[in-house]
Amino acid sequence: MTTTVQSPRRPRDAAPVRRKPYRRGNRRSLTLTLLTGVVAIYSLVPLFWLVVNATKTPEGLLGSFGLWFDDGKFALFDNIAQTFTYDDGAFVRWLGNTVMYVVVGAGGATMLATLAGYGLAKFNFVGKRAVFATVIGAVAVPGTALAVPTFLMFSKMGLTNTPWSVIIPSLVSPFGLYLMWTFSAQAIPDEMLEAARMDGAGEFRTFLRISVPLLGPGIVTVLLFTMVATWNNYFLPLIMLKDPAWYPLTIGLNAWNDQAQTVGGQAVFNLVITGSLLTILPLLAAFLLLQRYWQSGLTAGSVKE
Amino acid sequence: MTDTLVVSTRRRSWAGWKFVGPFMAVFALVFLAPIGYSIYLSLYRNRLIGGNSFVGIDNYTQAIQDDQFWSGFGRVALFLVVQVPIMLILALVVALAIDSGRLYGKAFFRVTIFLPYAVPAVVATFMWGFMYSNQFGLVGNINEAFGITLPEPLSANLALASIGNIVTWEFVGYNMLIFYSALRVVPASLYESAEIDGAGAFRIITAIKLPAIRGALVIATIFSVIGSFQLFNEPAIMRPLARNVLTTDYTPNMYAYSLSFAGQQYNYAATVAIIMGVITMVIAYVVQLRGTREN
Repeated sequence: MTTTVQSPRRPRDAAPVRRKPYRRGNRRSLTLTLLTGVVAIYSLVPLFWLVVNATKTPEGLLGSFGLWFDDGKFALFDNIAQTFTYDDGAFVRWLGNTVMYVVVGAGGATMLATLAGYGLAKFNFVGKRAVFATVIGAVAVPGTALAVPTFLMFSKMGLTNTPWSVIIPSLVSPFGLYLMWTFSAQAIPDEMLEAARMDGAGEFRTFLRISVPLLGPGIVTVLLFTMVATWNNYFLPLIMLKDPAWYPLTIGLNAWNDQAQTVGGQAVFNLVITGSLLTILPLLAAFLLLQRYWQSGLTAGSVKE
Repeated sequence: MTDTLVVSTRRRSWAGWKFVGPFMAVFALVFLAPIGYSIYLSLYRNRLIGGNSFVGIDNYTQAIQDDQFWSGFGRVALFLVVQVPIMLILALVVALAIDSGRLYGKAFFRVTIFLPYAVPAVVATFMWGFMYSNQFGLVGNINEAFGITLPEPLSANLALASIGNIVTWEFVGYNMLIFYSALRVVPASLYESAEIDGAGAFRIITAIKLPAIRGALVIATIFSVIGSFQLFNEPAIMRPLARNVLTTDYTPNMYAYSLSFAGQQYNYAATVAIIMGVITMVIAYVVQLRGTREN
């Protein structure tokens, strides 16, 4: 395992190597566990803060200790109800927008990355080297550096301030392409494809019937990571959208948060906090429930790294 | 390494495009076209009198002499030099600890430390921003409880470190997972033979584990370089808490953003974006060369 190769070399057609967790004589270390525990606490404290403070009234937010509940006042359900109804139900609308951006954007990105990764791993075709070179070169270009020119282009095309301006750029995931390419190379034996072709199956039929089932963990992994990217997207919708009716949750929450700063604006920090909690719950749940898939997907993807 | 693909017959020499084509079409629209367009923009200037005219490299010479640009650049460079090593080393240490098999409840650690990655930058910044604030945040609570005055996290001296903390919190688990995934596929037989040769845990790490995951280390470093130079969300979202410190030119990206959306100076904003893109690519390339050199 000394081939720590960078990107543009073809992966080996080897099955992912798995091994049992390595244990030095089964000696567990309490010290090491406690030290890692410090990092775990660091990771959890802000989330704990969010849960605790989502239960507080606006007065409680100001008057009680940040990392513990406000005695006697448990306003979580009031806060949730208010979050959903405040501003004519804007939160519900933003939630719907976010779900739409995620379903179309992340779903589309996963589909395109899966097709292209499979194509790169299993076919030799004219211009393949050029595809590698362009995609890998372009990954190094900071996404935000592209945002302003993309905005100007889209505004000429009349796409700004429409859902398309957020969805179209989300459809490309170079990281997803890379992962699906390494994953396809390892998970699909060439012999199986060859056998299917011998039987006269077309390329797409072979792909759907034989390859997609083998690519499962890879697809789930890419889907999760593109979902996070789309659900959490901030910069792109910030520049593309003016109309609050198209806002995703991230932009909407920030607008609520900024309200306290504007003259005559009403401070709604309790709703910002509760809304934040509601925003992160679906993704945390997805990651926890799908652990098995994405962890094996990532491991397989890293054989090549 | 035999890498002959079975399907290399001439008959199918275009078949791959059916799969790669859709991705490349969208890629061309959202990556290549904007790059081309911003190069075009950077060579022109829009004047009140005379309209849009070709100015050659004037925008670039202006940017190179622009103190606002360079002060933002210096800030993200400092961020890169300090925050990225702290985050990556922490991530590596945790990954090695989890991979060592010597932890109680390692699945718990793996998942909890990764969780912040699923939190949007907006929410992460809200949470830390609230905790930083001395009015109704944790810093305020601590000051009150102990009768002390902690330095303000968003004061001029500490703001960059406070932002670094947020970014570290968001991405330490993500990097840990990249390292851990790479460690998992190192064959255990290598460790066993090293152990028979009398190598200690530390020696196994330096002699086997780190070289084996060099590729992952390089990739994580490149991603972090890109992330540092792009710094925008955290300072921009926290700006209302400290407008005098987190200025509109705090990072090059915030500068480009305010140039285009507050100042309508699209041509100059595109120039700033291109310069940052080129610097990022050069550094990413150097990291990759250095990382793969000896092997």
